[in-house]
Formats: sequence, structure tokens, C-alpha cells
Amino acid sequence: MKPTPATAQSTAGTGQVPTLRVENLQTHFQTRAGVVKAVDGVDFTVHAGEIMGLVGESGSGKSMTGYSIIGLVDAPGRIAGGRVLLKGEDLTGYSQTQLRRIRGNRIAMIFQDPMMTLNPVLRIDTQMIEAITAHAPVSKAAARERAREALARVGIPSPDERLNAYPHQFSGGMRQRVAIAIALLNKPDLIICDEPTTALDVTIQSQILFEMQKLCRESGTALIWITHDLSVVAGLADTVCVMYAGRIVESGTAKAVLETPRHPYTVGLIASTPAAATRLGHARGQPLVQIPGMTPSLLRLPPGCAFRERCSRSSEACLEAPPVTRYADGSTLRCFHPVEPGAVARDLAATVS
Amino acid sequence: MNSVLSVPVREETPFRRFAASFAESRMAVAGLVVLVALVLLAIFAPWIAPQNPYDLARLDIMDSRLSPGEQSGDGTLVFLLGSDGQGRDMLSAIIYGLRISIGVGVIATVLALAIGMSVGLLAGYAGGRTEAFIMRVADIQLSFPAILLALILLAFLKPGIGNIIIALVTVQWAYYARTTRSAAIVERRKEYIEAARGLGLSPARIIFRHLLPNCLPPLIVVAALQVASAISLEATLSFLGLGVPVTEPSLGLLISNGFRFLLSGQYWISFFPGVALLVTIVAINLVADRLRDVLNPRLQST
Repeated sequence: MKPTPATAQSTAGTGQVPTLRVENLQTHFQTRAGVVKAVDGVDFTVHAGEIMGLVGESGSGKSMTGYSIIGLVDAPGRIAGGRVLLKGEDLTGYSQTQLRRIRGNRIAMIFQDPMMTLNPVLRIDTQMIEAITAHAPVSKAAARERAREALARVGIPSPDERLNAYPHQFSGGMRQRVAIAIALLNKPDLIICDEPTTALDVTIQSQILFEMQKLCRESGTALIWITHDLSVVAGLADTVCVMYAGRIVESGTAKAVLETPRHPYTVGLIASTPAAATRLGHARGQPLVQIPGMTPSLLRLPPGCAFRERCSRSSEACLEAPPVTRYADGSTLRCFHPVEPGAVARDLAATVS
Repeated sequence: MNSVLSVPVREETPFRRFAASFAESRMAVAGLVVLVALVLLAIFAPWIAPQNPYDLARLDIMDSRLSPGEQSGDGTLVFLLGSDGQGRDMLSAIIYGLRISIGVGVIATVLALAIGMSVGLLAGYAGGRTEAFIMRVADIQLSFPAILLALILLAFLKPGIGNIIIALVTVQWAYYARTTRSAAIVERRKEYIEAARGLGLSPARIIFRHLLPNCLPPLIVVAALQVASAISLEATLSFLGLGVPVTEPSLGLLISNGFRFLLSGQYWISFFPGVALLVTIVAINLVADRLRDVLNPRLQST
């Protein structure tokens, strides 16, 4: 696939260096069966204090994009091309030692399962102090004080006592708060969240979403929120990128992407979420529309548009990879047959009847 | 696990949970009590034993092979468990022998554990060729019968306590390497290791601080069982005459010494060291079995 050259258009207006700028990022896995392009030419920009939702099905490459940014791609995977610019510094050329100084310090990561991200045999204070002293020459007492503040900031009651606890003494929601507190410790420029609320129940999820949003706004930390849950993105993100088979097929502000989706895949995703589908004009009580077929194997991607075989709008033209179209509002799209705003309701009605 | 915030945090440490769970088995507690008693006997042997069995000048050949309960010729000592062919008090010899047997077993186990654990962690964390090489060496080592390998080694090295420890370590490190590797492979795929990498911690710190403690439970079990097997292997080697020096007999050598008198009815020279060996090994195995139950990750609720 020919990579699409990134243009500076989308960020030209702000005039400042974005916190993170990913240009044509490619992460490939060399397997016996062939090259798997888990991330295949991804571009996006996140500014300070901004929350970007990275949405896609399992296997669409969204988590791999996150791992690629902080250089945690294990063999046989490798970053095959592109640039990851953290405040203008390209991280792709960095050695593991250099990356280690960035990880947990300037870029933090929060993982999916709060039951698993804390080391079960170490006390919370040990784990938090370690995260601080790994990056700054701070005394243990000072580090502990910072850890206590971080716990308080994420809403953990009596942080002094909780510092001495072991992970198993916390509930799932509390553990995820601890994980968030650890991510916040070194006041990173960017936090990458890999589905951090998927394993939590809905009430806890909304609390955590609320706090993350608040913390980002207050500290100016940029956030990448990787998820498959559109309703989470709708309430949280400023901008949204929709990934399919290793590529971003549509991006734009959350409002633009979720309310007037242009890519048939985005439309399909939204149509399969009850609340959002209703908003797009889906009649209540009717069965939800699902996207036919399955995510294609990344080993055997059809040439051209990867969504072609599942798309009701595909045509001869889709045999070639669609170029990136840029819209006036900053949205991007990779599709030859964009869905017009009014057409979504019509399409939905047509598929149901 | 409790998630109630009001529960005082210091109450339930993992160790207390572990101890309470261990104590649920009475057999294991009995085993532990016996084991502690034996270890204390071994440590304080010079103060407890009625006689110093290593002080050959004090032994009187006239006292040889007295049956249990008889008095020594000079009337200073009652041989509670009889005496051996050189007029040595069996009780004292057993207490001192226990010291050597347990000492050799524990030292060999600790060394084998340290070596096996290090290479196992390295194999599990590094993967690839390093792992393949280490594990093939371990496989080759394990394909030899332990006793055969130890015999060959001791045939080259001179018999002696230091060399018997070397032989035991050579025979046993591979068990730890295998166990550690498999535990490390499981643990390193878990998210907390990924998270530790995401925090920018150094590989050494991740291996020793995060990976190692989580690999310990199965190792503790293997080590506990291996102490027993090290003791019995040492006893076997000593019995065959390739172990500890005759002047400082371990339990195995004591059994061997009395072996020729068995048929003449002087059973005590072999019998009592045998009982001591048996009790030691059973006690260790009882404790180790319970450890296995308690530390079994499948029975553990994290």
C-alpha cells in the first residue's frame, strides 16, 4: 500500500507543537505465514489537554498503535516506518534505553485489566515509589509523599493507609484508580489508555471517565483512549480516529465522526450501538443492524479498501486503496463512497426492511 | 478478597494468610514441629550430644558395639542407643550426623536454587537462543540418573563434604531452572510486567523485583522437596563410601558402618541412624506437601 504523505494542514491553525504527532506509522510482524501489517500508515495528532478516542474492533491495530508509540513492540514485530513525534522529538529512532527514559515519565500507559497491571507481591507504595525513583533522583520520603498526593487526586479515600496495602486488598475500580495514579505520578505529557474501563462495571466506569477528563483538563495532559466502546468515546473524547485493519479510515472531532459519520464502517459501528443508532434515525424496537462478515485476517487483506468485502456501497473503484480525503473541518476519510449526512437514516431503514 | 475500604489494612498480610492456611493441616504442623526440633538438635549438637563423636581420643575400643542402655567401661556414659564398632555413642553420632546431613542438604539446595533460578529466569525472560541453549543443557543433565551422575563426579573429585555439595548441586540445579523458566514464561506475559516496562523500569529491576517474587511459590515447593532428596542422595553416596569422610560421618555413613553387624543381631548401629534419616525426610516431605497445597496457584484466590 502506498503510504499517504501526512500534511500539516490539520495542525496548522493552532501554531504550537502538538504533544504527539504520529506520521505514517507502520508496525509489521514478520511471521512464517507472511508479513502482518498490524499498523499500516497511521497518522494523527493529539494536542495538550486533548482527548483522542482510538476506536476499532478487536484486531484493528488500535492497541498495537499504542504499543508502537512507546516502543513496546516485541519481536517478531517492529516499527517498519513512519515517525512518532513527542513534542517534536522523533521516538522511532530511539534506543530502548532512551525509550525507557520516556516511558512512565513523559508517556504513561494504562492497561486494560486492573486485576493484572499491579504486581501482586509488592505493596502499592513500593510500586509507586519505584515508578518515581526510576525517573528522578528523589528521596524515598519525597516520592512517597508524591505517591500519596497522586492517590488522593484520583479519589482514593485515606491514601496514607492505602499506600501500605497490597493490590489484592483493592477492588477492581480502586485498582484502576491506582493504575491511573501511577500513570499520573511523573506528570506525563501523554497518557495512553488501552481500554482501561472495559473490565469495570458501568457506574465505576463513568466515575473513572469523569476523573480522567478532569485530570486531563487540569494538567494539560494529552490522552489517547483506545476502546471499542463508542458510547465511552462519545462522552469523553474531543477527537476520534476510527481504525480498521491497521488503518485510520475516518477521523475528526467526536461530534463530527459520531453524528455525521462518513465512512460506511463508522456508520456500521454506530448502527450496532443501540443508543447511537437511535440518534442516527434507527427506529426503536427494530433489530440492530450489524456489519456483515468478520474482520479480515491481516495476513490476507484484500487489495484495495480493506472494508470492501463487508461494505454495501463497495464498487469497482474500491479495488484500489482509497486516498485520504480531507474536509474543511479537519476530518479525514479513506473512502470512495462517503455516506452523506441524510443518507444514514435512509440506509438504516433500507437495511432493516 | 475484601474490597471494603474500612477494613484496617495491616491486618492481613500475605504471610499471615499463608501461615493460617498452612496451619490448617495438622500433619504439616506436626512435620514442621519435628523438623524444627531436628534442626535445633543439629545446630546445637555440641551442647546436646552426650559425647563428641569426632574426638577419637575419647573413644574406647572396649566400649564397641554395646547394646542400647549399657554403660561405658569407665562408667561415665550410658549408651542410650548403643555404641558402634569404635565405641562411639550412637546418640551423639546421630545428632552430629544429622548436622552434616541437614547441613549438606540445605547448602546444596540453596546453591542449586540460586544457580537454577538465575539461569531459569534468564531463559524465561530472554527467550530465543539463550533459552534454547540453557534448557537443552538442563535436559541433558536431567536425562542422566541423579545417582549415576553424582557417582561419576565423585569418582573424579575426591570424596569430601565440599565435593559432595558440588555433586548435589550439579544434579539438582536443572529442576529449579525448569521450574523457574516455566513460571517466568507464565508471569512475563502478564500485564503487570508489561506495565512495569511501560513505566520505564530497567530490565534488571523488572526481572528481580517483579518477575522473581512472582515465580517463587513453585520454587519454594520444589526446594522443600529437593532438600529431602538431597539428604537422601547424600546418604546414598555416603553409604556407598563416596560421600563424607569417615571421621565425620553423616547419617548415610552411619548406616553403612553398621551394615556388616546387622546379621549378627547388632541392629542398632544401622537402625537408629536409619530411623533418624526416615523421620527427617518424612518431616520435610510433610511440610513440603503442605507448602505445595498452600502455594498452588490454582487453589489460590488472588
